[in-house]
Amino acid sequence: MNERKNKLSVILQLFVTFFKIGAFTFGGGYAMIPLIQKEVCENKKWLTDEDILEIVAIAESTPGPIAINTATFVGYRTAGFFGAFFCTLGVVLPSFLIITVISYILSEFRELKAVQYAFFGIRAGVLALIVKALWSMYKQCPKNPISYIIAALAFILAAVLDVNVLIVIISSAIIGLIYSFVAMKKEVKK
Amino acid sequence: MIFLELFLTFFKIGLFTFGGGYAMLPLVQAEVIEKGWMTNEQIVDFIAVSESTPGPFAINISTFVGNQMGTAYGFFGGILGGICATLGVVTPSFMIILIVAKCFDKFRNSKVVKGCMSGLKPAVIGMIGSAVVSIGTTVFFPEGVNTSVFTGAPFYISLALFGVMSVLAFKKVHPIIIIVISAAVGIIAGFALGL
Repeated sequence: MNERKNKLSVILQLFVTFFKIGAFTFGGGYAMIPLIQKEVCENKKWLTDEDILEIVAIAESTPGPIAINTATFVGYRTAGFFGAFFCTLGVVLPSFLIITVISYILSEFRELKAVQYAFFGIRAGVLALIVKALWSMYKQCPKNPISYIIAALAFILAAVLDVNVLIVIISSAIIGLIYSFVAMKKEVKK
Repeated sequence: MIFLELFLTFFKIGLFTFGGGYAMLPLVQAEVIEKGWMTNEQIVDFIAVSESTPGPFAINISTFVGNQMGTAYGFFGGILGGICATLGVVTPSFMIILIVAKCFDKFRNSKVVKGCMSGLKPAVIGMIGSAVVSIGTTVFFPEGVNTSVFTGAPFYISLALFGVMSVLAFKKVHPIIIIVISAAVGIIAGFALGL
């Protein structure tokens, strides 16, 4: 009985913790990691720093946004299925509520001249932000000839030839897989 | 049925997104623009909203598109649309992580996963590069690619803003500050020049 009560309390705390994380991080997945570490490892001591590093590594290599993957995984590791469920709900809920409100406000004010002018300026700023994000991703990507070839091919297929992005994603995974097996075989022969 | 379509579309987007931040952008562009739910310009505008509000881009954009599309069916239609799209984007992650968590060690050391990722990572970069080109086109040529933009002030204002904001972004100025400055410049220039 006591154990059950304990588990319920952990699940509730997980929900509250991830609700807070969702409500106070700007910029998504990677911005959340330091906060998760602070709350889950330092304050609550549910997991270790090493656990979090492993979880993030997995979250990066499974489909889906990193924020959701990390929340689900931390919840599962801490308190099983319901832990996973309430962590995910917690991290999603603040966004959902805020954007729902904003969506109505935006519909109301979109026709205003001032708002249209503001967005005219903002679009140039957003372009700068995405270029910066692209640069950060490039810096973290492995730098070898095959990576450059795949990146260039993906760019040409998507930007110039207008190939469906799903096809680009699936074929790049297959190419990566084949290449790494060929590279491994060569390694073994040596 | 728009609600089922929202769920399925964002399920697909969630399933094929690898990585955080803007990794989802090329997929959102492909699906949402193709269906006529949003224009490229509206997506750019929403990125600004998403950067200035808490929470991951993935959830923000799903909720927003779902809400906008569902609103045709009234207030609760908007809420329901937001729920369907958000549920769609979260479900693949949730199911896959539950499975992976059960066979954690096998997954972590899997050569197949590592091999696939070695192809996916650079491909995502190439595709975001393509998104930058399409967004750049919308920013600098809002009426379509045409030499007549070179005679108007908006093109040069956008170009100058983009230059200055890029410098600020690389100097790690917070995105919200960049958005606020850009908005202020846009409003001042708009009213001053009567664009």
